[in-house]
Amino acid sequence: MATKTKYKTVIGLEVHAQLKTATKLFCKCSTKFGAKPNENTCPVCMGYPGVLPVLNEQAVEFAIKAGLALDCEIDPNCKFDRKQYFYPDLPKGYQISQFDKPICTGGKLTIFNDKVVNLERIHMEEDAGKLVHASEDAADRLHGSDYSLVDLNRAGTPLIEIVSKPDMSSAEEAVAYVKELRKILMAIGVCDGNMQEGSLRCDINISLNLEGEPLGTRAEIKNVNSFRSIARAIEYEYKRQSKLLDAGEKVVQETRLFEENSGKTFSMRSKEDSHDYRYFPEPDLVPLAIEESLINELRENQPELPSQKRNRYVSEFVIPEEAAGIIADDEGLAEIFEKAVAEGVSSTKLANWITGSISAYLNTKEISIKETKLSADSFAEMVKLIEEGTISDNIAKNSIIEELLEKGGSAKAIVERDDLAQITDPAQIEAIVQEVIDANQKQVEQFRSGNQKIKGFFVGQVMKATAGKASPQLINESISKLLK
Amino acid sequence: MSNYIINKSALELKESFLSAEISAEEITKAFLERINQLDKGNINSFIHICDDLAIQKAKLLDSRLIKGEDKAKLGKLAGIPIGIKDLINMMGAETTAGSNILKGHKSVYNATVTHKAISEGAVPLGKLNLDEFAMGSSNETSAFGSCKNPWDVNRVPGGSSGGSAAAVAAKFCPLAYGTDTGGSIRQPAAYCGLVGMKPTYGKVSRYGIIAFASSLDQAGPMTRTVKDNALLLEAMSGYDPKDSTSINTETENYLEYIKNNFETKESLEGTRIGVAKDFTPDSLDDDTKAAFENAIKVYQDLGAEIVEVQLPKIKYSLACYYIIAPAEASSNLSRFDGIRFGTRAEAANLDAVYKESRHNFGEEVTRRIMLGTYALSSGYYDAYYKKAQQARRLIFEDFENAFETCDLIISPTTPSPAFRFGEKSDPLEMYLSDVLTVPVNLAGLPGLSINAGYDSEGMPIGLQIIGKALDEKSIYNAAYAFEQKSGVEVREPALEALV
Ligand SMILES: [Zn+2]
Repeated sequence: MATKTKYKTVIGLEVHAQLKTATKLFCKCSTKFGAKPNENTCPVCMGYPGVLPVLNEQAVEFAIKAGLALDCEIDPNCKFDRKQYFYPDLPKGYQISQFDKPICTGGKLTIFNDKVVNLERIHMEEDAGKLVHASEDAADRLHGSDYSLVDLNRAGTPLIEIVSKPDMSSAEEAVAYVKELRKILMAIGVCDGNMQEGSLRCDINISLNLEGEPLGTRAEIKNVNSFRSIARAIEYEYKRQSKLLDAGEKVVQETRLFEENSGKTFSMRSKEDSHDYRYFPEPDLVPLAIEESLINELRENQPELPSQKRNRYVSEFVIPEEAAGIIADDEGLAEIFEKAVAEGVSSTKLANWITGSISAYLNTKEISIKETKLSADSFAEMVKLIEEGTISDNIAKNSIIEELLEKGGSAKAIVERDDLAQITDPAQIEAIVQEVIDANQKQVEQFRSGNQKIKGFFVGQVMKATAGKASPQLINESISKLLK
Repeated sequence: MSNYIINKSALELKESFLSAEISAEEITKAFLERINQLDKGNINSFIHICDDLAIQKAKLLDSRLIKGEDKAKLGKLAGIPIGIKDLINMMGAETTAGSNILKGHKSVYNATVTHKAISEGAVPLGKLNLDEFAMGSSNETSAFGSCKNPWDVNRVPGGSSGGSAAAVAAKFCPLAYGTDTGGSIRQPAAYCGLVGMKPTYGKVSRYGIIAFASSLDQAGPMTRTVKDNALLLEAMSGYDPKDSTSINTETENYLEYIKNNFETKESLEGTRIGVAKDFTPDSLDDDTKAAFENAIKVYQDLGAEIVEVQLPKIKYSLACYYIIAPAEASSNLSRFDGIRFGTRAEAANLDAVYKESRHNFGEEVTRRIMLGTYALSSGYYDAYYKKAQQARRLIFEDFENAFETCDLIISPTTPSPAFRFGEKSDPLEMYLSDVLTVPVNLAGLPGLSINAGYDSEGMPIGLQIIGKALDEKSIYNAAYAFEQKSGVEVREPALEALV
């Protein structure tokens, strides 16, 4: 997949996904995005003296679901630990996380049809709050600003951290991995996948080495939150690290930060001053005792995964892999497609419409199908009208589909209202063809003297006379007949 | 009238209130008056007194009683004043944990035990002095000045619930909440001649109690009589969904149990009481030893069977405790970093704010944070914390084995009675005063201290009664039997001499 490079790139990813629970991991505060600062807080998530955490069981179910979808082992007796460090966005002075007994271990995910990325583990943890630096040029965190404000709305939000093995070797693979992971988490309903709001962010571990030599020293790039940034950060790191290695210098093991504007990564802290997190078992929570029956129930009721769905579309609906990918990966498109197919319309034609005109429309407007007025019924009805020959593809493309997307309504009603039905009476068409022939004797001469191309002129004239409604097949037939 | 009120037990006060003999307001005012007269500048058991709040609550109870509300609905503690250790959150009051770092910190919510006390009709009078963050055995580490022992103001009341013990002994309140991590209820109860119960871990909700060592902390009642103690535990205990470590069992009626057992049978026949050599170290002072031997005789006379048991691993208790408790404390106290909680020092940058704010912790607290931080450091975790947890398991198993041949285990509560201020300046020597109580916390078992006599200088001596997990009722039954039949004289500290 990747272009041939001098060094081998070894990439492992730690993806933090926010679980789609209504409330936080250890209290009943809302997890809703966009509230006023510190609105979604209570003594528990603010770490008031004396408070205790109570585990949100929904979050545990979501973590199990993620584990099952990614082929992990679930540990029914996993436990929570305290990860300790000081930072103003961490009101307790520790984050409740999982250290040596995470809820899921192992697992895998496939990209590009056959490239397997193995997983190390998935663990549950609470998110920290957010600092707002009150200065224009607070580039270097706290130090550039006059003061900082703390917003604890996000503190205590449930996250899962999905840790991959260092199984990826290019930016393309890393991006494909995160994209597929995002689709899976969204499909099983545990994460909304909204990267702008921070629902999915990732840390990239990257090292370079020469073929056949041991792995190089890795750098960790923190908190990258878009597909584009993932690719750019990896590409930048490749350049930075290969330059060092080319010059015979060493790569330092350190944590780096990706800066969007410059596209560069910067050193945050080296291994020497890395935190000693002093992990120890969280004494305020008891080890979990997840019932085997719950795991089985979640396994049995697991929704169809994106890869399963794509495969099903190819085999069940006989549509090309690429179209299956486009439709199956988009919940809205998949829904409209499957419903329209159920109306007994050709799945191939429906798929062509979706990947063609409809996708083009959505891309231009930068919206999703759910934001349009198109219903599966009217979509199926329109394609049915084409299949029956009532309207032509062109009429549908030029005069119907856009209205259905923008205003909704019935395709049939539009056809009737605008009198768009094809003229399918051969006698009627012959009469029009005759009129065109009579009015254009010069072209008739040309045709008869062997210029076959001129036939298209007649077709065009007939279409013009019928406002595009004449059946192209019938026009052709009658022209051939009358010009013989 | 005033003395008439303050001399009553909690149960008697409740009876007086419910029978409309004395109003809750009169009761409350009598105790507040005594506190105002004798506490400040003398005993120093209260850090904050909530007069207005208390009188308001008492008046409300009076009006409910007058309106003819069902007496049972007025609560198990109807009309009884209570003092609350200042480690426990009470809305509308400051909760300081006896530390400079929390000076001025107003509670924004009620601890579950506070809520229970109030909803059971108790009248909280104020917040009681303690060792800073409950770390200490003498009340000398409080940032609000040490609290004195009412039996001898030159001596410590014990700790960390020293304020609670002193207040009950001085009859400033008939009931008090204490907390016990390594003996912090039982040791001061012993030093002040009271009944103090450390319940089974998980019996009482920890929600709203500032954590010292989360896996050991347990709140409990401190009272002058066994029945008052049983009454308060009944009111404060029970499953709390806000505390994941709380045990979901039915609440028990201990008073009923005592009535149906010792009060009916007047004998402890059938009760096997364990005595262990491991619990009577050489360091025991002579009077304590004599009082303990007398207690064994009392129980024999009451028909109990005395059984010799072995607890070979409890000698590791202090070592084990001084890894686990500081480790958990170092983590629990991280939130007092000066950012969201704790007195913030003004400093140039974030690191300096952290460093400067820490100076608001006292010496003992700082020592324990350092010990705990070290024990949890990477590379030392296995050698210290993990090993201590393994030792803890063995200590628990020791008790489990011992309880196969007995129902209760008795021991002295402390190696000697209350010491004088400044007498134990070496921290290790101070830690030794908890040597007999710490094993009970490590094993998560219930343990009670009851007065078992006096030393040659008239200081009270404690007897510890340890039970099986969740078997507080047997402890109360045996403690009640001792209280009624031991013949130990009921004396009172001569407090009035102070004024
Ligand atoms: Zn909250």
